[in-house]
Amino acid sequence: MIPELGHFALILALLLSVAQAVFNLGGAARGNMAWMAAGRSAVVGQFVFVALAFGSLAWAFIQRDFSVVYVATNSHSQLPLFYRIAAVWGAHEGSLLLWSLCLAGWTLAVAACSGSLEAPFRSRVLGFLGLISIGFQLFMLTTSNPFKRLMPAASEGLDLNPLLQDFALAVHPPILYLGYVGFSVAFAFACATLLEGRLDAAWARWTRPWTLAAWLFLTIGIALGSWWAYYELGWGGWWFWDPVENASFMPWLAGTALIHSLAVTEKRGLFKSWTLLLAVSAFSLSLLGTFLVRSGVLISVHAFATDPKRGIFILAFLTIVIGGALLLYAWRAPRLKSAAGFEVTARESFLLFNNAFLVAALGLILLGTLYPLFMDALELGKISVGPPYFELVFLVPMLPLLALLGVGMHAAWKRGLLGSARNRLYAAAGLGIGGALLIGGAAYGDLRPMTTLGFALALWVMLSALAIPLARIRARQPLPAAVLGMVVAHFGIGLATLGITGVQSFKVEKDFALAVGEAAQIAGYDFRFAAIRDVQGPNFIGVEADIVVTREGSPVTVLHPQKRLYNSGGNPMTEAGIEVGAARDLFAALGDELGQGRWSLRLQYKPLIRYIWLGAILVAFGGLIAALDRRYRVPAQARAGETVPATQ
Amino acid sequence: MTPRRKRLLAVVAILAGVGAATALAMLAFQDNLLYFYNPSQVLAGDAPGGRTFRIGGMVTEGSLQRTEGTLQVRFVVTDYQHSIPVRYEGLLPDLFREGQGVIAHGKMTASGEFAADEVLAKHDENYMPPEVAESLHTPTPARVSE
Amino acid sequence: MKLPFRFLVPAIAFAVLVAFFVIGLQREPGRIPSPLIGKPAPAFSLESLGEPAWKVGSADFSGRPWLLNVWATWCVGCRDEHEALLAIARENRVAIMGLNWRDDRALALRWLAQLGNPYVSVAYDPEGRTAIDWGVYGAPETFLVDADGRVIKKHVGPLTMETWEREFLPLLPPAEAAK
Repeated sequence: MIPELGHFALILALLLSVAQAVFNLGGAARGNMAWMAAGRSAVVGQFVFVALAFGSLAWAFIQRDFSVVYVATNSHSQLPLFYRIAAVWGAHEGSLLLWSLCLAGWTLAVAACSGSLEAPFRSRVLGFLGLISIGFQLFMLTTSNPFKRLMPAASEGLDLNPLLQDFALAVHPPILYLGYVGFSVAFAFACATLLEGRLDAAWARWTRPWTLAAWLFLTIGIALGSWWAYYELGWGGWWFWDPVENASFMPWLAGTALIHSLAVTEKRGLFKSWTLLLAVSAFSLSLLGTFLVRSGVLISVHAFATDPKRGIFILAFLTIVIGGALLLYAWRAPRLKSAAGFEVTARESFLLFNNAFLVAALGLILLGTLYPLFMDALELGKISVGPPYFELVFLVPMLPLLALLGVGMHAAWKRGLLGSARNRLYAAAGLGIGGALLIGGAAYGDLRPMTTLGFALALWVMLSALAIPLARIRARQPLPAAVLGMVVAHFGIGLATLGITGVQSFKVEKDFALAVGEAAQIAGYDFRFAAIRDVQGPNFIGVEADIVVTREGSPVTVLHPQKRLYNSGGNPMTEAGIEVGAARDLFAALGDELGQGRWSLRLQYKPLIRYIWLGAILVAFGGLIAALDRRYRVPAQARAGETVPATQ
Repeated sequence: MTPRRKRLLAVVAILAGVGAATALAMLAFQDNLLYFYNPSQVLAGDAPGGRTFRIGGMVTEGSLQRTEGTLQVRFVVTDYQHSIPVRYEGLLPDLFREGQGVIAHGKMTASGEFAADEVLAKHDENYMPPEVAESLHTPTPARVSE
Repeated sequence: MKLPFRFLVPAIAFAVLVAFFVIGLQREPGRIPSPLIGKPAPAFSLESLGEPAWKVGSADFSGRPWLLNVWATWCVGCRDEHEALLAIARENRVAIMGLNWRDDRALALRWLAQLGNPYVSVAYDPEGRTAIDWGVYGAPETFLVDADGRVIKKHVGPLTMETWEREFLPLLPPAEAAK
């Protein structure tokens, strides 16, 4: 009964999406206030019914209703409640419903918080969001219905993929999708702006907090995914340049470029058409990512099972939405002209470089991700692009970006770098280089050029960021949320760079064959294989090892790596034993029995790896602070058309 | 600087940037494009000698051999037309099994053995490359196997 | 209306990308639906694999749904899906007929003897003509034919239990109480 209600709710949601699109866009075109008001009501209605549909599916999972195909293929009677709920978005159909829910949620938020927007503009934004909703709901109802029944009901489910039975990965999709989908708001704002042929830059101010919000969710989502891969996939890697990872990283790069470009457009009215193009691109990359993951053209880790109809539908949807937006851009953007000038050392210049390097990295990563497809389409062979390609093409643009980042934060709008800022920067540079030599030399005894450069850039960015609030406090100047947010976020980037440099330069990963009682040494730590025993969990059995870790004789920790066999069958799974420290992680994964009483073990030393995720969290936190700046909450109409002074 | 000069500078800068990016891409692609071959193709000489590539197929039943008490393993990869022995030292992925699919990353040695530095199991939740999924659906061979 | 070319560049680049995607989807025909879906199953009558004097064919299961599984001993994925086929056969929901495609009779029989036989009957198609009628271009492929003799589903590549439960079972009529 409930699944049928859910299905019906989804159909109603689709109808309301159509109403949302028609009444909003039509009402704006005709200047009909009644229609536009109806369009806003449709937004609420759509959200309610999508939520009902989602709730019905969740209920089916909670109740272990194996007469629903999707539940039967993704759940199990012994699956704990938390994971039964997380299983809702564990596979293709349910994750689409999550997408739709996120989209409906963002749309509702925009409708609720945009009272200060002019009615036609606001309606156009909601209308475009409605068009996107139609696409996803139609997709579900025609090719990917989560409510399909199974008669007779399965007596037992196939279980949720054991890899997904984990807290981080359970919450990873909702947060990630809030990010991906959130870029649709910037997209809709851009399309509305283009459609209206607006020549001013007021839309940049309206779009900025929404984009920041989506971007910060995406940042957290990606960081969660990386952290999960590290401890769950068993082999200690934290980023693989896998097509699906790239599918989330590329919108992030575009989103980062966008928030910086929006700053310039908002403050100085420059880069208007470029910012619009970026806004369209960020969401387009989200959609592209969806296509890559679900169509079968590129298969990878997270690949959802592919059905021929789905690939075609998504591609058609992609073509209409992105193609339409790009044609709209080509039609309207030429009318936008930015005439103001700026000094080479002004903030505008640095943000221009920021965009240039981010977009270069983005383009090269996109090329690497799609290259296998191009080669296959041209019948030039079946290839895959290895991680070293991505590492190189990402690293090269990032080096100058980080260097310029430190300076750019201190550059004033229009006029450029002021005297007092220069001194601060020399200090930061000096301390940065000194610090890098200290860390490399004293802590790790290794002064490789790339490593030292990495540490130096990381410290440079962190110190340069800290210099801003210090200078303001000393000069008794105010510290607005926007500035504080920027400082925190950039500090986070520096911290993440520190972590990445440390782990990539000094990590040690080795495989050993050990019998109980034997030990192995890496990076000055002694890992002794003390014991191995059988264990049992709520839905699995397995073995667990005790690895006693000491350093120069004094005890450090005991690690407990496991190898599990889930009751629902399938292959064994590795749970690594990890010890988290202030300066490093120690990592042990259990392999197989090798005979002669020996087991294979992978032992790893991972210096500074935690700072990667800590840095990412700070980046997101900085974004949050900036998004909550008071000026975004002052009615936008009171400020539209104001010119802003050159300094903050 | 006149607007025209500025426009020219911008165009030159963009072209230079694109050129640099292209050069970087080509440099990065050089050794990092991994070609995939099945055993028949390798034995026919299609695979590049002396360079790293990927080989894929099924693990022949009964072919897995461990050197007792060590990390060394040997197994045979087959596409039911031809087979190639593989040797590897290290932890095998959880999903590695005889009679199931596998991809190995490494080089052919002079002895005709494939020295793998990485082994991925086909249904590995960690990674299933597209060519593997497609190789599971085989078009008819030129001749019926003997 | 003068349209500076550079503003069309993104749209053109995107169009090129879409063209590649379309080609990419078509290269692996499993990514686009088969034209056979909804049409009557192509009729055939072939020698049985085990008993050449007997004939097996598309008319054998008229009035009830059945599966046609295309396989061969040279086919890597067929080995992969074999366990799943045995499990599906044990469920007894539908009869499975095998189509042994461009294979050697003796090898095929030995294969079934060694690995188990999920098939109610196996048609022997060494020339591949019947396979061509069904639009088969590789193995394994599995077709679901309904009680009225129409092809209602085609699956390319190895069949897994998940695909069976998610895509095939919902298309079958509810099981009768007694068998």
